[in-house]
Amino acid sequence: MAPDINPLVLLLASILTSNILLANFLGLCSFISISKDMDSANGLGMSVTAVLTITTAINWVVYRYILIPFDLLYLRFIVFIIIIAATVQVLEMVIDRFSPALYMALGIFLPLITVNCAILGVALFMEIRGYSFLQSIVFAFGSGLGWWLAIVSLAAIQKKVLKAPVPEGLKGAGITLITIGFMAMAFIGFSGMLIVQ
Amino acid sequence: MEFLIAPIIVALLASALALTISILDKHVNNYGDVEININKGKKVLDVKGGDKLLTTLSSEGVFLPSGCGGRGSCGACKCKISTDIGPVLPTEKPYLSIEEINNNTRLACQIKVKKNLDVYIPEELFNAREFSGIVEEINDLTYDIKEVIVSIGDESIDFVSGRYIQLVVPPYGKIKESTQRAYSISSKPSERNKVAMLIRLVPDGIATTWVHKYMKVGDKLRLIGPFGEFEKSDCESVMICIAGGSGMAPFKSIFHDMLEKGEIDREVWYFFGARTTKDLFLLKEFQEMEKKWPNFHFIPALSDCSPDENWDGEQGLITDVLDKYLKSKITPSKHKEGFLCGSPGMIGACINVLNDNGIKDIFYDNFA
Ligand code: FES
Repeated sequence: MAPDINPLVLLLASILTSNILLANFLGLCSFISISKDMDSANGLGMSVTAVLTITTAINWVVYRYILIPFDLLYLRFIVFIIIIAATVQVLEMVIDRFSPALYMALGIFLPLITVNCAILGVALFMEIRGYSFLQSIVFAFGSGLGWWLAIVSLAAIQKKVLKAPVPEGLKGAGITLITIGFMAMAFIGFSGMLIVQ
Repeated sequence: MEFLIAPIIVALLASALALTISILDKHVNNYGDVEININKGKKVLDVKGGDKLLTTLSSEGVFLPSGCGGRGSCGACKCKISTDIGPVLPTEKPYLSIEEINNNTRLACQIKVKKNLDVYIPEELFNAREFSGIVEEINDLTYDIKEVIVSIGDESIDFVSGRYIQLVVPPYGKIKESTQRAYSISSKPSERNKVAMLIRLVPDGIATTWVHKYMKVGDKLRLIGPFGEFEKSDCESVMICIAGGSGMAPFKSIFHDMLEKGEIDREVWYFFGARTTKDLFLLKEFQEMEKKWPNFHFIPALSDCSPDENWDGEQGLITDVLDKYLKSKITPSKHKEGFLCGSPGMIGACINVLNDNGIKDIFYDNFA
C-alpha cells in the first residue's frame, strides 16, 4: 500500500525539507566538482532532474512488474544500476542526434550522472517507502529540482567565496565542504514545514 | 528451478537494454561517411561519423597529444576546426583562452564527428605516431634520476630538439590501468632510431616508480609522439638556458644538435641548478662541450652544499647566480633570449630575474 501523501506535499518536501543533497548528502561528488560556474551548475541540475524522473519511472515499472512478482527484491541494486546506466546512454544518444541545442545544455553532463548516487538513492527510497507510480515520479522530479536548487545556490555562493580571503589550507574542496555544511543547516530551517518519509 | 529464475531475468533485462542501445547506436548514432580534411587537404580522411574526433583521428594514425586519455581534463588535445560545429561546450571552456575560443580552437576529445570537418592541427603532429620500442639502456645518473634509452628498431623518429614524447606505462603491481606520461627527449634528432629520456623518481609517481623500480633492459614499451613547442629560436641572440633536475633533458638534445650542426658561433649560457653535489650529473659531458665550443658556457650551481663536498663551482640559489652573471659576465649589449625547463616554481622565479634584467623573450617547458 502506498502511503497517503498528497503529491503536492511530496513535491515540496523533496525540494526543501528532505532535499536529497542537503538532507541525505547524496550526489555530492558531481555537486562539488561542477559547482564552480553557474552555466554548468544549471546544465547539470537540469540533467539530474531529467534523468532522475525518467529512470525512477522505469525503475518503478520494473520493480513492480518484474522484481516483485518473481520475488527478486534482493536483485534491486544491480537491476536499478543497469537501468540507470542504460537509460543515460540512450538519452545521450537521442538528445545528441535530435536536439543539438539541448545536448549543449544538458547532454554533455549525462555521462557524469551515471555515477551520481542521488539517482540510485531516489530509486531505493521510492522502493523502501512504497510510493505509488505517481508519488514516485513526483518524488523523483522534486528531488531533482531540490538538487538543482542546491547546486545553483552553491555556485552562487562559490562566486563570492572566490573573492573572499579564505585561509590557504581551506581553499578549494575544504571551503566548499564547509559551505555545504552551512547550507544544510540553513535547509534544516524548513524542516518544521512538512515531514515526509 | 527457482535458482535459475534470477539469472534468467537479469540476463533478459540486460540483453533487452543492450539490444535497445545497439539498435539506437546503429540508427541514431549513425552519421554516415564523413570526411575530415586536415590542414587544407594535406591529409583527407574518410571515416565513419559518430565517434569523438580524438579517437577517430588516432584510429587513422593521426595522434593529438592527450594527457588524460580523452576525459577532458588535461586540455592537451587542442586543434582548430573551421567548420561550424556549434558553440564551445562547457566542458571545453576551462581549457581554452578567449583568444583560442575566437580562433576556433576546440578540444578534440569533446567533439563528436557528425559531419565533414575542416581541421587544422600543427604541422609537426603529422610526425607524431606510436612507436614500439625496447629498453636498450638504463643508466643511473644520480640517486633519483635515470637515463632511459629506448631503441625503436628499424623505425625512425623525426623531431626538433626540445620536444617531448609520451611514454605508455603499462599496468603493474597495484596499478591496474595503463597511463601515459610526457618526458622531454634528451637524445639528438640525428639519432633517428632511439629515444632517450631523463626520468626523476617522484615519490609515489605512477610512471616514475614503474621506470625506477620495475623497468628492465630488454622490456618492450610504447611511445607516442613527438609533441610540444619548446625549441631554440633561429636567430643570433644569446641563449640564456636554465634547467633544474631532469629539466636537463631538452637542453642536452638542443646543445648536441647545435654542436653537430656547427652552430657554434652562437653564444650560449647554460645554468644548471641543483642542491648538492649528489644532484649533479653529466658534468663531464658539458665541460667537454665547453672545450669544443668556445661560446658555450656551463654554470652548474649548488644551493645547499656543505664545505666537505669540495665544490669549487658557483654556490647559491640559481636565481642569484643567474642575476650575478647577467649583471657582470654576460655581454650586456647583445639581444638575449631565455629558455627554461624545470619545476614551475623555479621557472617562475627565473622569469622574474630575466625580466628584471631586461630579457623579455622567454620560452619554457614547465614540469607541472
Ligand atoms: S585528451 Fe585531455 S582534454 Fe582532451
